[in-house]
Amino acid sequence: MPKKVPVRLRVNGEEHELHLPPQRILLDVLREELNLTGTKRGCDLGTCGCCTILVDGEPRLSCLMLAKLAEGHQLTTVEGISPAGALHPVQKAFIDLGATQCGFCTPGFIVTAVAFLRDHPGATRDEISRALSGNLCRCTGYVKILDAVEAAARTLAPAQER
Amino acid sequence: MAGTSSRKSGSAGTPTPSSTETDLVKEAEATRASAGYHLIGKRTPLIDAALKVTGRAEYTDDIKRPGMLVGRLLKSVHPHARIRSIDVEEARRHPGVAAVLTGDRYPTPFGVLPMTHDETALAVGRVRFLGEHVAAVAAVDEETCERAFELIHVEYEPLPVYDDPKVSREPVPVKIHDRALRDTNLQKEVFQHFGDVPKALEGASQKVKLSGKYLGVSHGFTEPHCTIAEHTPDGRLTVWSATQVPHYLHRSLSEVLGMPMHRIRVVKPEVGGGFGGKSDPFPHEIACAALAIETGRPVKVLFDREDVFYLNHGRHPTQNDVTVGVDADGKFLAMDIDALIDGGAWSSFGVVTTYYNGVLAMGPYRFDNFRYHGARAYTNHPPSGAMRAHGGTNMRYTVESVVDEIAARMSFDPIELRLQNFLPPNFKTINEFRITSNSVRQCILAARDRSGWEEKYRKLPYGRGIGVACGFYISGSNSPIHFTPVFPQCTVHLKADMDAGVTIHCGAADIGQGSKTVLAQVVAEVLGIRMDRCRVAAVDSDTAPVDLGSYSSRVTFMMGNAAKAAAENLKVPLLQAASELLEVPPDRLEASEERIHVKERPSQGVPFHEALHKAMETKGALVASGAYSTKPLGGTFKGAKAGTAPAYSFSAYVAQVDVDPETGFVHVENVWAAFDCGRPLNPLAVEGQIEGSIHMGLGQLLSEGLSYRGARLMNPSLLDYKILTPMQMPKVECLLVGEDDPEGPFGAKEAGEGPLVAALPAVGNAIYDAIGVRLMDLPITPDKVLRALEEQRKKGGAVKPPAPTRPSKRTPTHGGR
Repeated sequence: MPKKVPVRLRVNGEEHELHLPPQRILLDVLREELNLTGTKRGCDLGTCGCCTILVDGEPRLSCLMLAKLAEGHQLTTVEGISPAGALHPVQKAFIDLGATQCGFCTPGFIVTAVAFLRDHPGATRDEISRALSGNLCRCTGYVKILDAVEAAARTLAPAQER
Repeated sequence: MAGTSSRKSGSAGTPTPSSTETDLVKEAEATRASAGYHLIGKRTPLIDAALKVTGRAEYTDDIKRPGMLVGRLLKSVHPHARIRSIDVEEARRHPGVAAVLTGDRYPTPFGVLPMTHDETALAVGRVRFLGEHVAAVAAVDEETCERAFELIHVEYEPLPVYDDPKVSREPVPVKIHDRALRDTNLQKEVFQHFGDVPKALEGASQKVKLSGKYLGVSHGFTEPHCTIAEHTPDGRLTVWSATQVPHYLHRSLSEVLGMPMHRIRVVKPEVGGGFGGKSDPFPHEIACAALAIETGRPVKVLFDREDVFYLNHGRHPTQNDVTVGVDADGKFLAMDIDALIDGGAWSSFGVVTTYYNGVLAMGPYRFDNFRYHGARAYTNHPPSGAMRAHGGTNMRYTVESVVDEIAARMSFDPIELRLQNFLPPNFKTINEFRITSNSVRQCILAARDRSGWEEKYRKLPYGRGIGVACGFYISGSNSPIHFTPVFPQCTVHLKADMDAGVTIHCGAADIGQGSKTVLAQVVAEVLGIRMDRCRVAAVDSDTAPVDLGSYSSRVTFMMGNAAKAAAENLKVPLLQAASELLEVPPDRLEASEERIHVKERPSQGVPFHEALHKAMETKGALVASGAYSTKPLGGTFKGAKAGTAPAYSFSAYVAQVDVDPETGFVHVENVWAAFDCGRPLNPLAVEGQIEGSIHMGLGQLLSEGLSYRGARLMNPSLLDYKILTPMQMPKVECLLVGEDDPEGPFGAKEAGEGPLVAALPAVGNAIYDAIGVRLMDLPITPDKVLRALEEQRKKGGAVKPPAPTRPSKRTPTHGGR
């Protein structure tokens, strides 16, 4: 067994002090050590987008990141999107417009869309489609996902940009 | 609908029906609305959606049990070999290893169909595909499992590798399974002949034969397979698994482990997509349970994506020839089909697949002469299995291409040609399928009217095209897989208690399609209560009555009927109690808007909870049960039950494409998807099924395919196996024009699989309209388009096919049948 090293992670605003083998992958640590199972494992190879989290607010694939290298960064998982239970407009739109079916890809889409709309309020359907193209969904054909993110974009955009 | 207004309309633009045109979709909606249901037919968000969007929904891999071990399976490195010996002693002694099992421990063969048990929990004496599991290890962590694998010494004796189903059809020196037919490697062969096909073809004025070639396709669900098993000191085994068929898993665990079913508990947590890929009981599920029994500790087996591709069970690689003969007026006379499908190393659903590739081919058209020869070959490829629109997809592409080709050669409009040949409603087909509700005419007319077909067909510029295709699929397999003991296809239990909530217990597997939501809608509709009073309990074999599983598009129809019956039964004591409170006979009462009241005088009534509490005074919590059993259907000839269903879905899709003749890229711009699922119980979910089906169908058509070099899978990753991204999806318009089915719950039929089948040929036929070449080798990748265009240029130039010259009449949107 390789020697464990101290790893300090800041996830959803909470500090965690862990002792981990240095090769531990961030996705494994989130799911297995921190019980943040909302982040999903779909491929382990950076191909499906199910494990997307926000690192300093930017979408990143947690299956391709060593936990040790996440030190010093602000990590946000789907659990951190609506911490007090108040749904984010993206989550609300996903529910209302049928954008989640099996739900396994959903957390990855949610965090990607939340980050994208933060920087691009009022984005068009084409822009949203491009921004979400790193996330695979096999149930919805993306139609209702795009409907939902587009609807959330309208909710979030300042009035003059509508 | 939100988002529609700002959606890119595409360079083609989307014509809307002219104001003089009758709109079949609006008409169907108005007819349905007149029934006055308060929940049925309403766009209803999934009842578990809030958990899914917040990451709170619990999938198998999210479950942790105290002291849980990691289970891993050692994969075969040979596609076909005898196992001379396996030495696991060193691995067993390795620190951290709790158990190592090999195939001799639980050698009982199993499989989803009782007549073709040819799988084992772990390989017994022989491996038949690369990746078959030869040993199972349970250890403290994954690294220790990997180390144990290095310490397992397997001596293989390679056997001849069969990677071509054509070879499997001939006499072979080594049979992959003893049960293969004669001296070949064929798993199943089907011959059917109705009427007189040779004679009818001889008398035909036009005969068209096309051959289709199809690579295998993966389900591509996002959640890899995962199973947890725990054997507790009370002698009970609990298995949590990502499965579509908890009941078949339950049976297989019992058979292979030699443990009575009542000591086994199967739990289905949330499942991250199935599409048929989780509809077999799997060896890894049984091996996981075996490890749990061996160690006395909980064990989790989790697949990585490569494991998922190697377990496969996806759509069969297929070659099929379809010949159709027509008379001078375009009436279909006869259909002749030959199909050879690559089953891979196991049977799985193969008997069903072999039948479906033929028996589902005629609908939605009427034929009086039909012949089918189908064969499913064992090969040393990973096993093929059931995938969405199982057995109905590859054959459908060839059939609809043939119909399009007939129209082209005989100068018919392909919609008019189809309209002449549809099965009527309430009809018995030549192979004795009972057709009841059938709105295929409305489907094709709605798709025609909405797509602007007449301004586009053969009229768009070179490179742009429009195509049409129809579909037909079973709404639930009429025959249960197991014939004994006889019991209903689905049972639903309800409990209403002091809290004035209704708990719904049912074994039906929600795999994302929304069956839990349909359960709550149906129960709440019948009881006249809000949906939030209904909670759907987890699928747990200890508490949920049996449903046979989420396959063959059976759930809405069968579970819906069972739920309706259960709710009607629960309503009886409620009406009785209200009758006592109101001093009005129960037959004058009805339940709606959270009350039980006098039918003709809604103000005279009692709230739901008061009636419930009154009914509970002497009985306690109210419980009720409802069940659905299929009636006998089909003929008496061999294989007559295959493809029989209590109802069938119908569809007609029009697709519009833009083919770039320079690059060979096919861009699908629009799909107008007219679908007959009877009454859609939840249109939001039905649209989701249609849109997802189109995504999956277009993937198979344009970019997806399991590629083998010999027996080795070359693309077992989501990087190399190309699923469409949001950028490649066309604009989809769902046109729900079905009429109520006489036997479906509230008139509903399936919408889970049927929506896939027309998507592929509609686009294939649109490509033909765009560039005049017919591509029959899937997937249609740009290189194939360019090669076909090159051939076409050699033959005299790239042009669109000529426009039809007859018939001049256009079928009116409202015409007699």
